[in-house]
Amino acid sequence: MHADYARGVYAACIVLAMSISHTLLGLLQAGPRHGYDLKRAFDAHFGQDRPLHYGQVYSTMSRLLKNGLVEVEGREPGGGPERKRYAITDAGVTDLDDWLGRPEKPEPYLQSVLYAKVVISLLTGRDASALLDTQRAEHLRLMRELTRRKIGGDLADQLVCDHALFHLEADLRWLELTTARLDRLASEIHT
Amino acid sequence: MNEEPGADAPALLAATELHKSYGATPALAGADFAIRAGEVVAVMGPSGSGKSTLLHCLAGIVPPDSGSVRYQGRELSSLPDAERSALRRADFGFVFQFGQLVPELTCVENVALPLRLTGIARRAAEARAAEWLERLEVADVRHHRPGQISGGQGQRVAVARALVNNPRVLFADEPTGALDSLNGERVMQLLVAAARDTGAAVVLVTHESRVAAYSDREVVVRDGRARDMAGVA
Ligand SMILES: Nc1ncnc2c1ncn2[C@@H]1O[C@H](COP(=O)(O)OP(=O)(O)O)[C@@H](O)[C@H]1O
Ligand SMILES: [Mg+2]
Repeated sequence: MHADYARGVYAACIVLAMSISHTLLGLLQAGPRHGYDLKRAFDAHFGQDRPLHYGQVYSTMSRLLKNGLVEVEGREPGGGPERKRYAITDAGVTDLDDWLGRPEKPEPYLQSVLYAKVVISLLTGRDASALLDTQRAEHLRLMRELTRRKIGGDLADQLVCDHALFHLEADLRWLELTTARLDRLASEIHT
Repeated sequence: MNEEPGADAPALLAATELHKSYGATPALAGADFAIRAGEVVAVMGPSGSGKSTLLHCLAGIVPPDSGSVRYQGRELSSLPDAERSALRRADFGFVFQFGQLVPELTCVENVALPLRLTGIARRAAEARAAEWLERLEVADVRHHRPGQISGGQGQRVAVARALVNNPRVLFADEPTGALDSLNGERVMQLLVAAARDTGAAVVLVTHESRVAAYSDREVVVRDGRARDMAGVA
């Protein structure tokens, strides 16, 4: 488990990529949008460091279409995929519920996914503090496991576990702080 | 992995709907809590959220404005003061952040104190105290006074004193709050191991997740309300 954790240090970008489709799905639940509109909304909330490419929007949308999680509601004249207007389906809402309700496996650099989950929850009127509590419990569960291993282990085990524990502790502090700031965040993203 | 000891066993100590205000400041606003025999439960939450007040109410040190605290099925507030104090001495142990040892007494005399108060003779009390100091790896400072030892040693002496008369519940309020990581870790390991050996339940108040990770489960206090996290995730 702690070996997995150390490997996770290098997996930050993958983690974000995996959450893009759910994030776009979440933006669609707030209301149907065209492809270019989706990119604009994503960049406004999450694209500070790396704006989304149009190509990512289209490939993601075609995958979501194939899986029945979104549907094309209309299309503007002029063709081109950015002109398609997408809407979330019932299956899409269920899929989004699953994603938001499921805690992430505690890994370093998780905050990009967690931040996306919090914002999508707030945008779609879900309970963001419940999501943070669920994640908090998951983090503590792993911390307990590492602590048990540390107590039973040799010095090398202790050092490896301690490294993971300090990182998880930092995540937990962020979760706590975010919980305390949810009201402010909600009012900022709605303006 | 994280099996709770006797998940269907009745609560040893349980509080419901506790309210407590200090003047206009609400410290507890409808807090619930329960712990079973031998369980280690972390009480977490931001500073000022009501953790210490909850601990004081559970231990019968502070009466709540309203709500119930039951120990072994008996309502604490219905006990006469003298009986409540006796129960606290016999069944409860306490460790605080600092300042709990009597400065004029040596460490072994400090640890022997709870036994002396129950009428045990000095020799016998100090012999048992010395065993506890050994167990907490501070036998070498037994003839020092609290002012002559380090913070980490002081907390180990305090844990020994809290457990020497074999309490059913150990109340620990930020027991590592004044220690560095290494000393804090060691105190937690010794505290939890000793509590498990004696079967004492532990109410562990802490705002640190690495300390809470020594518990079986956690309860989070926010704005005077306690939330049991066992059902979450
Ligand atoms: N003896 C007291 N007199 C006045 N206010 C108090 C007293 N004890 C606690 N409070 C107040 O009650 C609230 C909860 O305090 P406390 O239980 O000590 O929280 P925590 O232990 O979580 O930091 C705080 O606002 C604190 O200022
Ligand atoms: Mg306190």
